[in-house]
Amino acid sequence: MSEPVVETRDLSMRFGGVVAVNHVSFTLRERELRCLIGPNGAGKSTFFKCLTGQLDPGHGGGRVLVRGQDVTGWRPYRIVRLGVGIKTQVPSVMNGLTVLENLWVSARRIHGKTGADGAVEEVVSELELAPIVRRQVGELGHGQRQMVELGMVLAQRPWLVLLDEPAAGLTGAELERLVGAIRRINQTAAVVVVDHDMHFVRMLDSLVTVFHQGSILIEGPADAVLSDAKVREVYIGSRAA
Amino acid sequence: MIDDAPSAGRIRWGWFIAWVILMAVLPLVFDDTHTLSLMAITALAGLSLALMWGYAGILSFGHAAYFGLGAYTYAIAAVNFGESTVPVLLSILVPALLAAAIGAMMFWGRIGDVYLGVITLVVSLILFKFMNATAGDAYKIGDARLGGFNGIPGFQILNVPGDPSAQIFGVPFYYVIATCLALCYLLCRWILSTAFGRTLVGIRENELRVELLGYDVPAHKTAVFTIGAGMAGLSGAFFAMWAEIVTPGVFALGMSAEMIVWVIAGGLGTLIGPMMGAAALTLLKLMLGQQTVIDNSLVLGAIMVIVVLLIPKGIVPTVAGWRGRRERSVASRRGQASGRKRRAPTSAAGAGTGSAP
Amino acid sequence: MDYAAIVFLEIVYMIAFLALASAGLAVVFGMMRVINLAHGEFVMLGGYTTLACVQAGINVYVAMLVIAPIVVGLIGLVIERLVIRHLYGRMIDTMLATWGLSLLLVGIVTLIFGSSAVGVPTPIPGYTLGAYQMGGYNLFIIALAAVVMVGMWVVLRHTRLGLIARGAMQNPEVASALGYDPKKVYMATFAIGAALAGLAGGALAPLTGLLPSSGGAYIAKTFITVITGGAAVLSGTLSSAVMFGAVNQIVSFASTPVIGEIAMLALAIVLLRLMPQGITGRFFRNST
Repeated sequence: MSEPVVETRDLSMRFGGVVAVNHVSFTLRERELRCLIGPNGAGKSTFFKCLTGQLDPGHGGGRVLVRGQDVTGWRPYRIVRLGVGIKTQVPSVMNGLTVLENLWVSARRIHGKTGADGAVEEVVSELELAPIVRRQVGELGHGQRQMVELGMVLAQRPWLVLLDEPAAGLTGAELERLVGAIRRINQTAAVVVVDHDMHFVRMLDSLVTVFHQGSILIEGPADAVLSDAKVREVYIGSRAA
Repeated sequence: MIDDAPSAGRIRWGWFIAWVILMAVLPLVFDDTHTLSLMAITALAGLSLALMWGYAGILSFGHAAYFGLGAYTYAIAAVNFGESTVPVLLSILVPALLAAAIGAMMFWGRIGDVYLGVITLVVSLILFKFMNATAGDAYKIGDARLGGFNGIPGFQILNVPGDPSAQIFGVPFYYVIATCLALCYLLCRWILSTAFGRTLVGIRENELRVELLGYDVPAHKTAVFTIGAGMAGLSGAFFAMWAEIVTPGVFALGMSAEMIVWVIAGGLGTLIGPMMGAAALTLLKLMLGQQTVIDNSLVLGAIMVIVVLLIPKGIVPTVAGWRGRRERSVASRRGQASGRKRRAPTSAAGAGTGSAP
Repeated sequence: MDYAAIVFLEIVYMIAFLALASAGLAVVFGMMRVINLAHGEFVMLGGYTTLACVQAGINVYVAMLVIAPIVVGLIGLVIERLVIRHLYGRMIDTMLATWGLSLLLVGIVTLIFGSSAVGVPTPIPGYTLGAYQMGGYNLFIIALAAVVMVGMWVVLRHTRLGLIARGAMQNPEVASALGYDPKKVYMATFAIGAALAGLAGGALAPLTGLLPSSGGAYIAKTFITVITGGAAVLSGTLSSAVMFGAVNQIVSFASTPVIGEIAMLALAIVLLRLMPQGITGRFFRNST
């Protein structure tokens, strides 16, 4: 059994009196693809931010480990430097720069000034970004910005990719492209996807972890989980007729 | 593909030379070199805040701390050394070191913008209160009595390095300051043209994203904070030489407020804007006369409120928007004129400041 | 023994001073996330209002406890409508605009009252405790601060008004769906914060000389008290007031008042660095 790529031990995150993540223990293996789902307020985005380093669980909040390395409380840039790619819920891209420049800034850190151009070209062709490559990102539609951000993540060739709501606002064709991209990424990297879109989750057809009120309700293959009665109840709020 | 020198680092040599010539010519036209010198001194201070706030997003509510520290360091060192060269160097180093320490503490902690502003404010307050209370012989550093709220008078002003008797004041003093100003401006442009500078621009665009790409954002911010503080310190030293006395007023909240007004009125996100804002406001202040507190406070306060209110989308987006529209229209006009298909300006908003020298 | 009692009373006084002066800012920051850098000037205006009333022959207690809060509250109302209203959600811009306002207010007051210091006589004489003299007025301040804190707690926790205000802050949409205009709630809250500042200014005026620049002395201390306290209005202000008041006085007694103030400011930096969410982000999490 390979060492887990990501592991949380008894992770808890509180804001004032609210416990958003409640003693969650989670494991992800090498090159695994996992979807995190759950209704609004279930704690999945907070959990995600604990993995990325955006939130610090603090004293007594448990541990986060990446490939055995304890990264609890680490700032995001240190975690990213381990080889982790992160895409946030609201696309965080540099609006004042072009698509090309956004990708280049990302690629440069890993590949240096000379290698960056090549890496950028690869990403552009992988994600079919050629038509918008010289457009200013601030002017692009939401779906396009999502893809640009995905491109920035990929340009660093991470072995762990964390995606928060990558499908939000994507059209049918974009969704297909996204699923394809994620499958390709998954050939070399472990992927965690947080999303609401059930259709998208079914398309990915991976292991699914369901969050509810800050804890993990159930984990299992997509089909099984999505037809589970408890999960339906949690989403719809009443017993399924 | 990507230009090597980003637009933020590009220097419009034509404008730059015109500006240098303008600065050189001013004393020949206006008799009042004293005022011109102060305008240049404040422009240098404005440049320092423009770099750290406009390019790295660090809003220091207490920037006067570094300006004042430079002034006091110069005065104290000048009293002790009797010569100006080492004191000038110290006036850059001491504020820079303080900024490095405070920056390291602030930027690596997960402190929000607001609290950062508060901490910088408190630092300037501490310095102010401390210096205000140092009256009496007990408070001295070497031969220099700190003087409390009366300050430190009568120290060596600028002299030719090595020769304390060859003092520099009046018109030559102005030229020294103007030269330093131009050099510091070039330094800022150079910094922005390096890889480090490009990351800075990215940080201003979207700090989270730059950090999520693995860049050590705290280190970048601390570095800029340090450089800006050193520049402010130099400007403080010149101020000490200009006023021939340093008092705790250099640390006052009013001083920090003025510096912020220079930047927001002049144009956050550019280097030239705050420099011009500083010069213009200094001139305005001197014209209103240093006589009553009323005029200064009223005018400054009114400017601050009006500027903040009239810029509905917040200061940075509006500036970026204006620049974006201007650059795009300039570019499209150029494109039409040349008849060839030209590459659109790369970073029009925010990051792109190539249109201003 | 008497000395210990005096020291203790001085510490309690300092805590009361901080709590009273910061109450208005805490309401505005804790409930609206607005950082009003003109708060010191509101306090100063309360002092000047009291002065003007006393000079006009009005009873000093009426002036400071009734008139000053009302006048400054109204000024706050006007400012909220003209300036603050346009900047909600933009914390940094609000800080800048209120900073400008504070400069404006100082300028205006200097125009009206001149820039020399004025005194308001202390209405309560001193008393002796063993071998030491103690200002009787300080005890009044301590009592007033306690009354204000308790009053705030009662209003916030146990009245409809407090509930509506807290609700509107949490979720303006729900508030308006229930028929309460969030804009009016914000306006009222800001005005109340200003009124509290005016009350503090009036009450504290006899203890410190009045200058147009007096506001500057208040803003630093109240600011760090509120920010360090964190989001909870009452427990935040109280816990940081206790910490700062105690440190300030103890260090002052050990050395000089200036060092005491500096110690307080330095402590603020340390606390802000260690607890970026304020004291009540870490402890007393569920309190008001």
